[in-house]
Amino acid sequence: MTGNVLLAGSAGVAFLVFALLALAMAVGVVVAKNPVHSALFLLSSFLLVACIFILQQAEFVGAVQILVYAGGIMVLFLFVIMLVHQRTVKTSLAFQHQWDIALLFLVLFLAPFLYVLGTAKLPDVPPNPDAFRAVGGRLLGNTEAIAWVLYRDYLLPFEVASVFLLVAMIGAVVLGKRSRETMD
Amino acid sequence: MTITINHYLIISFLLFAIGFLGVLVRRNFLTVLMSVELMMNAVNLNLIAFSRRLSDLTGHVFSVFVITIAAGEAAIGLALTIALFRQRKTLNIEEADTMRG
Repeated sequence: MTGNVLLAGSAGVAFLVFALLALAMAVGVVVAKNPVHSALFLLSSFLLVACIFILQQAEFVGAVQILVYAGGIMVLFLFVIMLVHQRTVKTSLAFQHQWDIALLFLVLFLAPFLYVLGTAKLPDVPPNPDAFRAVGGRLLGNTEAIAWVLYRDYLLPFEVASVFLLVAMIGAVVLGKRSRETMD
Repeated sequence: MTITINHYLIISFLLFAIGFLGVLVRRNFLTVLMSVELMMNAVNLNLIAFSRRLSDLTGHVFSVFVITIAAGEAAIGLALTIALFRQRKTLNIEEADTMRG
């Protein structure tokens, strides 16, 4: 599977730096005792992954990653951390006793991953940087190209996604609402 | 330094594994939710890398969908967190075991 080179030279070094930092931040998310620290580690991890997206000419997805994850989801997390007063939560052991099962499943995942990594053959596609900004034969931007594919080929999934977001919104309101008995 | 798709796969697998361990091992419900977000992010990394490798925009569109799903999942999960905290005054998922057989 060692076909095309995706990044070379200084871009490759930048990828490695971003990727290793993102991994370190992810470890921080899992290890940190305080949920606020976890949230901040998660935020840095999202930003670093957005940098990797931008290295791969995925400017639109990188921007969406920053706007939705860093702007929306992280603010939501921090609000909830603020709402459930952490001081009233008992700070017992942060980890539960499932390390053996967790590592077993991890090995079960690792085996097919390594097998596929060693044997899979991808078609040898010539690198075509214009593919990410060509719209109907003309070179526009990455956003225009994604809009072209999204609204032409994936219109139905797009509509389903909007219904999904509506359902999630109603569900969140219903779940978060106080019931009548606990109101007073 | 040349980077191929294998580097991306390995980084993405490690990110996914860290999120997976977080889901199984942490007690705090909020941290479990954050680990799920990490796993989704790892999947996005793969989609973008394969999109570049195959010179095909479909991966970008799919990662936009994955981000949409992640946003909805975070909203529902955080609403559940608040509901759990109201009911039990705790975020420890080991104490939310009413449905244990």
